[in-house]
Amino acid sequence: MTATIERPSRSRGPKLGVRGWLRWGWRSLTSMRTALILLLLLAIASIPGSVFPQRGTDPGRVQDYLTANPTLGPWLDRLGVFDVFASAWFAAVYLLLCISLIGCIIPRTAEFVRVVRRPPPPAPSRLSRMPAYAKVTGTAGALDIAEDFLRGNRWRVRRTDDAIAAEKGYLHEVGNLLFHLCFIFLLLAVAVGGLFGWSAKVIVVEGKGFTGSLTQFDSFRKGRLVDPDQIAPFSVVLEDFSATFQETGQQAGSPRQFNAKALVSQRPGSPQTEQAFSVNSPLSLDGVKVFLTGHGYAPEIRVTRADGTVIYDDAVVFLPRDGNLTSAGVVKVPDADPGLALTGLFLPTATIDPVQGPISTFPAARDPRLFLGAFTGDIPTGGSVYTLDTSNLDRIGSKALRPGESWELPDGTTVEFVGFRDFANLSLAHDPGRWLALIAAALVVLGVSMSLLLQRRRVWVRMRSGGDTVAEVAGLSRSGGGRVHDDVREISTLLAGTSTEN
Amino acid sequence: MAQMSNAAVYASMLVYTLALFAFAASLAARRVPLAAKQPVLVGAGGPDQVKAAPEEEPGRRSGNIALSLTWLATGLLIVGFIFRGLAAERFPLGNMYEFSLGAAIAVALVYLVASTRTDLRWLGVWVVGAVLLTLGVAVTLLYTESAQLVPALKSWWLVIHVSAAAISGGAFTLSAGFIGAYLVRQRAEDRGRADSGLAARLPSAERLDALSYRTIAFVFPVWTFAVIAGAIWAENAWGRYWGWDPKETWAFITWVIYAGYLHARSTAGWKGRKAAIIGLIGFTAFLVNYFGVNFFATGLHSYSGV
Repeated sequence: MTATIERPSRSRGPKLGVRGWLRWGWRSLTSMRTALILLLLLAIASIPGSVFPQRGTDPGRVQDYLTANPTLGPWLDRLGVFDVFASAWFAAVYLLLCISLIGCIIPRTAEFVRVVRRPPPPAPSRLSRMPAYAKVTGTAGALDIAEDFLRGNRWRVRRTDDAIAAEKGYLHEVGNLLFHLCFIFLLLAVAVGGLFGWSAKVIVVEGKGFTGSLTQFDSFRKGRLVDPDQIAPFSVVLEDFSATFQETGQQAGSPRQFNAKALVSQRPGSPQTEQAFSVNSPLSLDGVKVFLTGHGYAPEIRVTRADGTVIYDDAVVFLPRDGNLTSAGVVKVPDADPGLALTGLFLPTATIDPVQGPISTFPAARDPRLFLGAFTGDIPTGGSVYTLDTSNLDRIGSKALRPGESWELPDGTTVEFVGFRDFANLSLAHDPGRWLALIAAALVVLGVSMSLLLQRRRVWVRMRSGGDTVAEVAGLSRSGGGRVHDDVREISTLLAGTSTEN
Repeated sequence: MAQMSNAAVYASMLVYTLALFAFAASLAARRVPLAAKQPVLVGAGGPDQVKAAPEEEPGRRSGNIALSLTWLATGLLIVGFIFRGLAAERFPLGNMYEFSLGAAIAVALVYLVASTRTDLRWLGVWVVGAVLLTLGVAVTLLYTESAQLVPALKSWWLVIHVSAAAISGGAFTLSAGFIGAYLVRQRAEDRGRADSGLAARLPSAERLDALSYRTIAFVFPVWTFAVIAGAIWAENAWGRYWGWDPKETWAFITWVIYAGYLHARSTAGWKGRKAAIIGLIGFTAFLVNYFGVNFFATGLHSYSGV
């Protein structure tokens, strides 16, 4: 009926109307072909994310790229290639894919529920047309034998007078739906993490600590819905840090073990507990994990005026430049008059290379040395604590020091290299979506395994009435895979076997 | 211990080379009995060969020798792998050299196990060729001294994640062999020339398509698991389960392309040749992930020791 009503409207021309277009759009979007093309597009769209440096993982290299390519760079930036996975076009692909997915899951679930409620469909009239087919001479009891066999192997069976219809492998479709549904949940978990999660990086010198507040972090990234004042109220003191390295061989200098110990207090006033942590074994606070990601050295420097007043005494973080921890840093002494600043190079195992100059040859402190340069003038305050613009300063001199040694500047100020401590690079992460992500991911694996390893298939057995008793066995795979051929072979062998016995 | 490992690896390469020759000889001698069902081939001289008893099938003997040699070589390689682990006193999957040994074992074992269930001697040249190439690259370009691990790799997830990735690599390689053979055979069948050249030595296109699908249907959950195990480990070591590191990105790309293959096989207009090509692109993405990322990209997975 509806078909005859629709026909004239179609003949009038391609006027679909808004609803028609919407329906057409929905149908096209949720078709398998579209899903497939979107999948391939998603793969292609990801490629620039591995070719170009990404702001999310390596902002420094993005800046280098922009500096090296002043004309092309900004255009690429406008296209979002340095932020592929946060770009509008990447989002467009995966959001369309999600809609397509949902539009596929819902009708398929409904269809599956319908199929599960119904008994297997009756045998088609011409079984010989089925992809798997066998004909055996059996007896009148063959149907009972087949039925027992099928039920014993947990097939769902519908028995009629002359035929059996059976279906198996419903879990294939359950797995299929579970997989696709949980994929959506996985994306939701990523979204939850993106909106409500935060991460931070902090450098802590042995013996010092930090608390869960923005001012203490060296860098901070937060989700859109995070209130930066409501970060966890913990405090952490890094009590001890130790690193060991490969001593000999081709890989000498490779790190082998980083271990750290911290005094942790979940909130102000709560008791402090000591916790050990290392790489792969993070520190767990309330909803926040603290990861050990790297380390370096912080030389302890004491500056004393000629009159004996100590005007600077601290362990200063020097950032490593290479794998052997040749480290560079800056000391600004605000209380000195005139202004005093030191630039330094700390070498845990010092050598003077004829080409590269002072350089460390091993990351552990076998022969530590501090190379200092002193500057005076109007010391710039603010800016990076790791660099010093020396263009407007006057150089006083330079000196190499071993731990415990001092250097007396012309005005009587002494700079003492007291010793050095380790520092740890810590990264903090709070991701409220991670449990949802884990559960969804586990179900994705379960679903995809069920979907691909189980096969949904139907078999039919029919007795042909007539003089000789001939049983036809046929099978159809509903999910791909060839197991239905084995089923048909097994059943026909069984029936043939019974006929000879009788 | 490390020397014994190297000796075993070199010995296995020698035996693999012999196996490669035997497989090549077998393939050259082989003519697949043409299935009478295929209408294109009726009258193409097939029926005579169908009658030939399996024992007399040309190339069968050299194929069996090749299979035995492959078992032997794989055994030697496993010995080398174990000694490598004993030398370093840890699970030997800590750098690209060791991963290559593991992946080569995985390729060979996946093939050998599959060939106990169905006749895959015709695929031996591809598989042993891939194994030899992997080992050749490993001993020349990737070799690193046996040593302890960097702290980031000291985790049980290393064994779980990397083993799953190696097994996936093995099955992906196998699937690429099936798909490549499918494309050759299918083209020949379309042109009615399946009775000559390489195509005549291959199983029917239908069967090759089924073999490709079965391999990828087996490996896709394993690869999914490998990626997710990696994500769980990343969450535990770096504080985020997914960060679009180049290795992660290409693992994702590989996954998406193979998902595309599985969908293409049940999409009208994409079955057959188009799906097969998607499968080959997936294998390429896997290779990019395996080699390319370590050599050309900087990221967190730079443990190759190269």
